[in-house]
Amino acid sequence: MAISIITGGFSVFLLCHFAGAVFEDQVGKFDWRQQYAGKVRFALFDMHVQSSKKVLMATEKNVFASVNTRTGDLAWRHVDSTGPEGNIDSLLLHGQDAVLVVGDGRLLRSWDINVGGLNWEMVLDTGSFQAASFVGHLDSVRYVAVLKKAAISLHYLSNGHQKWLENLPESDSVQYQAVYSEGDGEVYALGLVPNSHIYIVAFSVEDGEIIKQVTVEAPWLSDLGANCVVVGQGVLMCVDVATLSLYTLDLHLDSEMTQIPLQTLELEVSPGFQPVLTSTQPNAAQAPLSEFFLQLGPEHHLLLQLKDNKVVTLRDFQPSLLVSFATTGEKTVAAVMATKNTTACTIILYSADSGRRLLDTTLIFTMEPNGGKPERLYIQAFLKKDDSVGYRVMVQSEDHTLTFMQQPGRVMWTREEALSDVVTMEMVDLPLTGTQAELEGEFGKKADGLCSMVLKRLSSQLTLLQAWMGHLWKLFYDARKPRSQVKNDVTMETLSRDEFNLQKMMIMVTASGKLFGIDSKTGTIVWKHYLENVPANAAFKLMVQRTTAHFPHPPQCTLLIKDKDTGLGVLHVFNPIFGKKSHITPPSLPQPILQSLLLPIMDQDYAKVLLLIDDQYKVSAFPSTKNVLQQLQEMASSIFFYLADPSQGRLAGYRLLTDLSTELLWEVVLPVEVQKILFVKGKRGNEHVHSQGRVMGDRSVLYKYLNPNLLAVVTESTDPHPERSFVGILLIDGVTGRIIHNAVQRKARGPVHLVHSENWVVYKYWSSKSRRNEFSVLELYEGMELYNSTVFSSLDRPHVPQVLQQSYIFPTSISTLEATLTEKGITSRHLLVGLPSGAILSLPKMFLDPRRPEIVTEQSREENLIPYAPEMPIRSEWFINYNQTVARVRGIYTAPSGLESTCLVVAYGLDIYQTRVYPSKQFDVLKDDYDYMLISSVLFGLFFATMISKRLAEVKLLNRAWR
Amino acid sequence: MACSLPTIISTYCSVVLLLCTHLALCNNGRKVGDAVDTEFSGFSVPLEHSFEVDDVTTFRVRGALVLKPGRDPAVSLSQTQLSEEDRTKLKEVAAVDGLYRVRVPRVSLQADRMTERQAEGYLTAFVRACAMVESHLSDVITLTTDVSGYLIGVSIVTLPGACRGSEVEDEVDLEAFNTTLSVMAPGSAPGPETALFIERLNVEMEKKLKNPQEQKSFFAKYWMYIVPLVLFLMMSGAQDQSGGGASGGAGNGGLTASGCDIPLGHRRGKVTEASSLIFPFPDSSSSR
Repeated sequence: MAISIITGGFSVFLLCHFAGAVFEDQVGKFDWRQQYAGKVRFALFDMHVQSSKKVLMATEKNVFASVNTRTGDLAWRHVDSTGPEGNIDSLLLHGQDAVLVVGDGRLLRSWDINVGGLNWEMVLDTGSFQAASFVGHLDSVRYVAVLKKAAISLHYLSNGHQKWLENLPESDSVQYQAVYSEGDGEVYALGLVPNSHIYIVAFSVEDGEIIKQVTVEAPWLSDLGANCVVVGQGVLMCVDVATLSLYTLDLHLDSEMTQIPLQTLELEVSPGFQPVLTSTQPNAAQAPLSEFFLQLGPEHHLLLQLKDNKVVTLRDFQPSLLVSFATTGEKTVAAVMATKNTTACTIILYSADSGRRLLDTTLIFTMEPNGGKPERLYIQAFLKKDDSVGYRVMVQSEDHTLTFMQQPGRVMWTREEALSDVVTMEMVDLPLTGTQAELEGEFGKKADGLCSMVLKRLSSQLTLLQAWMGHLWKLFYDARKPRSQVKNDVTMETLSRDEFNLQKMMIMVTASGKLFGIDSKTGTIVWKHYLENVPANAAFKLMVQRTTAHFPHPPQCTLLIKDKDTGLGVLHVFNPIFGKKSHITPPSLPQPILQSLLLPIMDQDYAKVLLLIDDQYKVSAFPSTKNVLQQLQEMASSIFFYLADPSQGRLAGYRLLTDLSTELLWEVVLPVEVQKILFVKGKRGNEHVHSQGRVMGDRSVLYKYLNPNLLAVVTESTDPHPERSFVGILLIDGVTGRIIHNAVQRKARGPVHLVHSENWVVYKYWSSKSRRNEFSVLELYEGMELYNSTVFSSLDRPHVPQVLQQSYIFPTSISTLEATLTEKGITSRHLLVGLPSGAILSLPKMFLDPRRPEIVTEQSREENLIPYAPEMPIRSEWFINYNQTVARVRGIYTAPSGLESTCLVVAYGLDIYQTRVYPSKQFDVLKDDYDYMLISSVLFGLFFATMISKRLAEVKLLNRAWR
Repeated sequence: MACSLPTIISTYCSVVLLLCTHLALCNNGRKVGDAVDTEFSGFSVPLEHSFEVDDVTTFRVRGALVLKPGRDPAVSLSQTQLSEEDRTKLKEVAAVDGLYRVRVPRVSLQADRMTERQAEGYLTAFVRACAMVESHLSDVITLTTDVSGYLIGVSIVTLPGACRGSEVEDEVDLEAFNTTLSVMAPGSAPGPETALFIERLNVEMEKKLKNPQEQKSFFAKYWMYIVPLVLFLMMSGAQDQSGGGASGGAGNGGLTASGCDIPLGHRRGKVTEASSLIFPFPDSSSSR
């Protein structure tokens, strides 16, 4: 039991001590950041110099980035606004200029790819974007053509200025879908009236004058972009699945479409497959190649050639998973990826103009056992010294992984772009080492005879000694090597708990359905597991059923994946340390799931019981062994849960009955016409509160209201008018349904961020009256006496707690809010605020204290209360991630470590950032620069001095005796 | 403890949250039905309760809530005493640790027309039947409304709230309800207190302006101490030049030593700040 020490009188002094900033030499020591770009939509290799090592990527997350192909690191990255406003419609690359069309044709931008600087930006006229293409003139690419729904415009590549803008004829009926140019002074806009005819308009590059307009009958065609490509000297090639034939049309001549039935080429389409055409135009100032790919089935491609209006088959690739063209110099090659066996694919290059296989171009792509299938192929071809073609390849998989390889199959790097969209995460303690575990196991087992116990003890002591010797040897060996050479590789074997439990396993669940296990110390991905068939709108809930503390039982995590539309759920049970799927078969869930609940009760194998409540209010338990069911029956009357239905504004409490059905206990209904429930937030289960009260200035104690079942319900008014809008905060006891506190923040609206912990609730809202962000803090106190100090029961707390509240102005908007968490809850709390700028602010809870006095008195000074100031300060030393900003921070996860002073923090969004925070400084750790030499030398010095002086004193005494 | 809690809170805290609690009169009368809607121009809704040994809910009328709509909603309750049969049943339910439930229909205290007042469904709450018995039917019922006056929740607690298994004489103790009824309308959460803060700043500024003593510089205030000190130092320095230099060096050494001490002091300060409130706290064993 610790002694309570009350410090008084230097509250102002204390204020200077919140600095949590790192020193320069500590940068990167306890923290790391990983930057991502998102799922790739367009990727192009920089080809303008032979030795270039850049790949440019435009992603679904509205990020435009350049990746170094040697290392896989981001060279530079531009993060645009989220949503359709920053959506990248098109990426074109010419020389060292990358041209992007952004936000459904709102902006046209040109970037310098060497440094990532903006060359120019043009705001385009309104109109939905259809297509963009380079336009060459006199053998050089000089313009960019942008096709919109009703207009086409031509811009200079050098400065973005508009050369001309022309309205498209008959744009009401004709859907223009493609733009084509081959450098002969004409730009073609290709439009279509579905199932009727193709409409072709040719513009003069010089002044935008319409040279000709052609209408061609095509009653079978419904989508130009998906079915047609331009090949050869301006020949439009379309494929039709209904008649199973190719159609060609020469754009330069006013002719009819020529039908070429696939039967005449002796080709057959897989049933139910929509054939796909792929062509290539290596240089925008020249016509496309006359060779093209035709995909006839999921694993069947053909390389065809258009020659004298006839289609010739150059080569038939079966099986072939993916195909791609690549050009270097004057040579164009076709790369074909084919499945070799279940774990590997081969990539082989073929000459595009002849279909001949190129020698020594085989590359083996090994698929990860729990990864996704390859989805797209990006080839970087280059000419070797002997003029043969070499290549590197970037493979994009279903799980958003990018793998960059060179011949003959060496993986140069992989990027896990799925990590740009982390949905939820947990941190799990690492297991003990084998020897530690053995020792634990020895004490865990039942006694079986004296002799064997002694033997077992001796053997385990021996193994411990051996491990210790090995450790010493390693230390000695490593100490001789320079520091940079000491490898700290993370492998399965080296994964073991450190003495302060600072290294943990981060389990991250991403929206794509890929799970990751990441070592929190280094950020190394230890394992990954891709779950197939995860619906796009799935909601995930990750629960730790068994921690690593129960050796020899493996730790166990359960992921509940729920389809938001149907409510149907699937359980995935796995080992969080190794990522392996558990051999335990989870129950199938035929009914939609309403609520899931992890109970503190355990089965005989120490797995916590997970309760799932379906829409019939029936409860199923996992694991559902006899032992568990018996425990549940015994405890049924004290297992309560709540359901919230925002669509009806209904909150209801239920109790478990012994036959695993439920009964309704209470009901609270918030009329949906007035307000809608935004979210319901309880407290974290693993939270410890160390002190039950606060000592006041007069040495009396104000006891906290610590109700573990308290729920904070946040509502927002349906009326959006700034004068009448409000944000409502209800505090409801989750067991009895009693409304403890009911308040509204008038003239306020969301987004609301809320943290609920101990006896306080902090929330942030937007004040529409003052047009600013405001923080509000609620604290609940029982009063000067505890009602029942031994145990808390929601059923026996008749008195309503006192609620204190204060609000503050916060100078910036916020993205996310979380509170620090430590092992025993002794350390003072901080709030971690993720700001839209990417900074993470560690705000002391002390500043959010409703007892901050307006007028400073002797007693408030005694309590170290900061005088009230309406504006919350932001100090730059409170930013825990110094310059390591986390782009689009969406969530912050906190976990306690083995040290009471230390809290582990992971911020995720587009980037992932891991660090440690010390809200009360490192009171239980010696400083980094602690002078061990000095203290040990002083100790030894004193020791020897005593020895010598003792000896001298003895001699002196002896001499005196002789005298 | 000299001060009572409310005084302390009002001293320390800017905002004491005021729940607009309207305590209402409770008619614990033995008769129901009369005097319901005559003096109030309100309307009445039934307050129903249910307590069954087999825990099948069958609600019966316990009393009538008389609601007086308007800007300042008032509520009163008139209820009968428990019948002999109900008393024994309640005791039986208490013996098997059953539940005593209450429910009220969803109504609005604000709407003008009768048709708009009532919505579908009920609001329910419960308390352990044994608590009801042992508190001798003294309960506190709170009706919670939202901003527009709709009832959103009802809660019932007994005073005292615990079940200790004490013996209860049903004739005397379980006859009449001793109910405290209140309506909780949402309070307004406070916004940032800028006006008061600015006022305080202004007062302080004025004080400074009024009191020119404060504005004097450090030297102007303490010249009478500094001048003799400087004189003394000069005198002593003139006497012994070399000795002064040596002592200055020693002084420097002393300073650096104390400078080393400061971080340690900081750390101590921090520990105390962290553990300034250390109390034994049992794991709050929840009833969940």
